[in-house]
Amino acid sequence: MSDNKQDASGGEACCACSLDPSRRALLAATAGVGAVVGIGAATPFVTSFMPSERAKAAGAPVEVDLSKLKAGEMMTVEWQGKPVWIVRRTPEMLAALKKNDAALADPASERAEQPEYVKGEARAIKDEYFVCLGVCTHLGCSPNPKFAMGAESGMGEAWNGGFLCPCHGSQFDLAGRVFKAMPAPTNLKIPPHVYLSDTRLRIGEDTKGA
Amino acid sequence: MSCCKIVTEKAQQVLGWVDERFPLTSTYKNHLAEYYAPKNFNFWYFFGSLALLVLVIQIVTGIFLVMHYKPDASLNAAGVPVAFASVEYIMRDVAGGKFIRYMHSTGASMFFIVVYLHMFRGLLYGSYRKPRELIWLFGMAIFLCLMAEAFFGYLLPWGQMSFWGAQVIVNLFEAIPVIGPDLSIFIRGDFVVSDATLNRFFAFHVIAIPLVLLGLVTAHLIALHEVGSNNPDGVEIKKYKDANGIPLDGIPFHPYYTVKDIFGVTIFLIVFAIIIFFAPEGGGYFLEFNNFFPADALKTPPHIAPVWYFTPFYSMLRATTSDFLPYLWAFVTLVAGLTAWSVRNVWVRRLCLVLVVGVYWGFFGLTVLGKTKPLFDFAILGIHIGRGFDAKFWGVVMMGGSVLLFALLPWLDRSPVKSIRYKGGLFKTILTLFVVSFVLLGFLGTKAPGYAFFGLIPGGPVAAVSTILYLAFFGLMPWYSRLDKTKPEPERVTSK
Repeated sequence: MSDNKQDASGGEACCACSLDPSRRALLAATAGVGAVVGIGAATPFVTSFMPSERAKAAGAPVEVDLSKLKAGEMMTVEWQGKPVWIVRRTPEMLAALKKNDAALADPASERAEQPEYVKGEARAIKDEYFVCLGVCTHLGCSPNPKFAMGAESGMGEAWNGGFLCPCHGSQFDLAGRVFKAMPAPTNLKIPPHVYLSDTRLRIGEDTKGA
Repeated sequence: MSCCKIVTEKAQQVLGWVDERFPLTSTYKNHLAEYYAPKNFNFWYFFGSLALLVLVIQIVTGIFLVMHYKPDASLNAAGVPVAFASVEYIMRDVAGGKFIRYMHSTGASMFFIVVYLHMFRGLLYGSYRKPRELIWLFGMAIFLCLMAEAFFGYLLPWGQMSFWGAQVIVNLFEAIPVIGPDLSIFIRGDFVVSDATLNRFFAFHVIAIPLVLLGLVTAHLIALHEVGSNNPDGVEIKKYKDANGIPLDGIPFHPYYTVKDIFGVTIFLIVFAIIIFFAPEGGGYFLEFNNFFPADALKTPPHIAPVWYFTPFYSMLRATTSDFLPYLWAFVTLVAGLTAWSVRNVWVRRLCLVLVVGVYWGFFGLTVLGKTKPLFDFAILGIHIGRGFDAKFWGVVMMGGSVLLFALLPWLDRSPVKSIRYKGGLFKTILTLFVVSFVLLGFLGTKAPGYAFFGLIPGGPVAAVSTILYLAFFGLMPWYSRLDKTKPEPERVTSK
């Protein structure tokens, strides 16, 4: 303020000396109302960024026929625009899961996003069929299967089969559990799913209804 | 003779008529004919004008591409996404379309080459230092816009790399605690990268960002012409002026530097034409091979990497794993410790302590050297207090932060001299290390995560060391720039 007065001594550009408080209040009120109108006008532009009703409506559950899936092989189906994997694990693959425990970040899947009914190291309703969202929990790439074991996998001697994310090198075992010190923070997600019969699977819903 | 006189007189009258209504002559004088630039510009001073040229190339080619391109992710009758097919159509069926498209796609890489060299010039000659801080900050904003422009544009061909690159970058925002997952849906406009994402990226790429970019370039130039150009000696030419107030070491930008820049433009256009005609894909660096496959949401290509100009920052993201955090914490502690030691202000010291403790908590949670499990773990608003944040979150912070660090340079550099010509061996060594680590990070970013040099030296540790060196260039600058044994600056510019 004192600086202003000094500056203004030579000219008449000082607003402080001819301040009319009633005008100032009007100015503040106008600015306030203007801001409210501005925020109101911005609303449709901001909300238009959110998924449209059409996008929200997409993503119905999908049904899968498992009868043609051979042991040790994997199939991919699309659900909500994302890949869902179904791996038919061999007894060796299942036996190897235990060996990984010490090297895993979260062997018991305590932090993983998965339905209540998949428990234990196999993370499946039926141990033989592993159903999981094929989307890396790091940045959303789809990891590649590396099912061979040992040195021939190119993943090192101790590799017991699993998945390798091509983007940032996260490694997962055959139950989608992430190894320690990987970019991915948590185990692969498991979508809700339910068996309609021995070989028919519904992904995206855990009730048999409809 | 008299005829010429009449024409000249008429021209003068027209010019006078315009000048009374629009500052045409004075603008021309202020920015070209009577803008005095230092007379000792060298090779490094080509890249500013070249950046402007590439901007024009991108805008012109972009306008023509939009006349044929369709931002539509739905499948056509042949089962190919419409957007992907429209790019193929430009390449195969539009007369001359191939060259326009290659000019645009190669132009993107050229833009970054030119801008990186332009920025390196700033590092060499201290062009960011007082009184040019705002030029530098406008430049940083331009750099960020350019990255956004490149990122949005890369989705448009709707190829495999387009799709998965966008998927990864948008998912980066998911790492932000609490709001992250909703934010990434907000950016995509869908739960996956989809048609909605493609359309909004198109809008940003062709309208929003270019407008901002043009505004920033104007601000960059206005600020430059206000304070005047720096030069390879890093001394102010405005200190010594002749009787007319013209800097003794200044020469008018036009004709002297317009001619010099036209020479640079000629060389550049020759190189540009050679690339467009003979190597438009740049060996997979300018246009990645996997992008010649249409986007497939179910299958990530076996090797994905961003285009080369993003890879140094991408490498740092990748290097930030939970194994790396202890080293990063040690580095933060070193910088905070040095700050506390050199700034004798109790509040700064407390802030440093809070920083060190806060970062420790953020990295590791309530554990001691990773030996003990968290004593407790409860969550407030989804943030786990006992555990710190995921390394993924810090990777994102690292990638964004490593770009933004450049903006701090004007205040980090404490050297008594601006130009590298008068800086000592310490600065030169550290700048060399910085450039080497930047290039190494860039190279590793184009490779798969398990890459090893000559099959022997694993890339992971090299990336980690390079990341620390990159950070140290900025983080330790206030100290090494003062320790450095500098030579005295000359009073006037020298001609080397």
